Amino acid sequence: MLGLNKTDSKFLLIVILLTLFTPFLMQPFAADSGLDQFNGGYPDLMQKVAIFGIFAVGFNILFGLTGYLSFGHAAFLGMGSYAAVWMFKLLTMNVIPAILLSMIVSGLLAVIIGYISLRRSGIYFSILTLAFAQMCYKMAYSVLTPITNGETGLQLSLSDPRILDGATESTSLPVTNIFGLAMNSSYKLEALNRVFTFNVGFYFCAIIASIAFYIAIRLFRSPFGMMLRAVKSNQQRMNYMGLNTKPYTLAAFVISGMYAGLAGGLLAAMDPLAGADRMLWTASGEVVIMTILGGAGTLMGPVLGAGVIKYLENIFSKINESVLHSWFHWLPDGLEEVVVWVFARFTGEGWHLTLGLTFMLVVTFLPGGLVEGIKRLKKLTKRGQKPKDKLDAPDPEHTPPPSKHVV
Amino acid sequence: MGILEVKGVGKRFGGLQALGDVNLSVQVNTVHAIIGPNGAGKSTLLNCLVGKLIPDTGSVTFDGKSVLGRKPHEINQMGISRVFQTPEIFGDLTVMENVLIPCFAKRDGAFRMHAYESIEQEPDIVNKAEQMLIDVNMIEKRHMTGSSLSRGDKRRLEMAMCLAQDPRLLLLDEPTAGMARADTNNTIDLLKQIKEERDITMAIIEHDMHVVFSLADRITVLAQGTPLVEDTPDNIKGHPKVKEAYLGETQEV
Repeated sequence: MLGLNKTDSKFLLIVILLTLFTPFLMQPFAADSGLDQFNGGYPDLMQKVAIFGIFAVGFNILFGLTGYLSFGHAAFLGMGSYAAVWMFKLLTMNVIPAILLSMIVSGLLAVIIGYISLRRSGIYFSILTLAFAQMCYKMAYSVLTPITNGETGLQLSLSDPRILDGATESTSLPVTNIFGLAMNSSYKLEALNRVFTFNVGFYFCAIIASIAFYIAIRLFRSPFGMMLRAVKSNQQRMNYMGLNTKPYTLAAFVISGMYAGLAGGLLAAMDPLAGADRMLWTASGEVVIMTILGGAGTLMGPVLGAGVIKYLENIFSKINESVLHSWFHWLPDGLEEVVVWVFARFTGEGWHLTLGLTFMLVVTFLPGGLVEGIKRLKKLTKRGQKPKDKLDAPDPEHTPPPSKHVV
Repeated sequence: MGILEVKGVGKRFGGLQALGDVNLSVQVNTVHAIIGPNGAGKSTLLNCLVGKLIPDTGSVTFDGKSVLGRKPHEINQMGISRVFQTPEIFGDLTVMENVLIPCFAKRDGAFRMHAYESIEQEPDIVNKAEQMLIDVNMIEKRHMTGSSLSRGDKRRLEMAMCLAQDPRLLLLDEPTAGMARADTNNTIDLLKQIKEERDITMAIIEHDMHVVFSLADRITVLAQGTPLVEDTPDNIKGHPKVKEAYLGETQEV
């Protein structure tokens, strides 16, 4: 299907189905079950998972394939957001031109940053990209204030020209839309004591994310992807094979920069406002953590990592002390205080602590990320199903791993 | 006029004169061995040929064109491939992919995206890569990753990768170093076979006299950065100067 082999087609199909049914899947708990704060099926979170999924998939094209760890990808995310908001201000509230422009602008920025940063590799490359991103961040606050609107952030206003939309007499700000269908409109379905929300914005992001994911699979399986993995493996051999590695790494850098720009544009399309905060180094660090948590170099890993982190961020930060008190009210008074105090460190404001612990555990025990964890679980269940003769059992050290990419 | 002409090449590392006035002429379709004791400057010479080092003096021309000042990938595109002393392969990739990369790189090495096609859509390239693996007798290992191979297999793989480029000059840096006798003999057979089947010129750096004398058409003896003698293997065997500098006076070859 679509130029993919059987396994990849099946894989893509599963991913598409999962995205389409996200509103159901993220709403597993009934409203009165007491666990409904763990439900993540509201538009804001679902959109973020899809958008940051795109961001991480793009980042993985650079980091997972070539091994170049960029610490400045947030610059492209922020740049994409600014470009998209400017499109909303000047041209139209339709999101299509906005995200196209954000991809082009971040792509151009990636050419410049990449051309200079890729002269070095390893830690020097990481520091260079970090420096560039921080420069963009500082410039957004200082010299570029006419474009970025400084600390307030770039916002829509009623006096914006919006050439294609024409003048309206409305006194409220227009909303982003796709050919008239507003991004923030939702259809709610009440069933099984749950409220399922089908949001236009989410489905728009989901479709874009599926396309982005499909392109990523093609890239991974193409000769170009093979070359990028070769760059990660042995640059010297590439050179002595008559291959200049620079065009390959630069192409990967620009592609992943465009993915980041697309994600930034979508963020602005969901909520038309752009601030310099999106370019801060913590945002760059977040995508690194997403990719490594999920499994760098794998297809599904970054998406999984983005989902887990955005879920933790939104759900754990909502659990405050009063919620904890309602959970532990059955404990004796003194003990309840202690337990609530301990749990409060890990929830609400302290959700980063939970994230940090999760990250630490995953990196220590599952170097390949969550994807490796899933693979191990699969192996365990398979082993449980049909116990084999000891001699039949595959010896991992002497069995060649099946090739995923050729023949 | 040889395919590779080295004239008056000198290279100094600080106070050490690694190479001083090396002249070498490798003729087309011959196997030229460069031997010499440790520290004679064999590897330095090879590094000067592939662009890893730039000599202080002298000139290196391949097929009439100077290689000095060109980058390693540009020199490779002129038709020089190198097999390293410690095998340089793509450890994370499968054996098949290792050979596919030079097949995709082709001779001109130009950057091509190839981003929207799958590898299976290039049957010519896949067939060529498979043929290369059959040639070096590694086809049954094509799904293994490079780093899981034994040292001998790694070297054979590297040889296949270099041959996949159809080079005009193949440089071999101690192709049998650290190998058991049986593996060494296999490598000799492989190199002989390559020599017979292809129009290829080879320059070999080697310690093992057995290898040198079974393969080489010409031998250059290097000692302390300068060529001592250049002659046919038969003449080298009995040459008193060589015995003295390299083989030791009492040792019989």
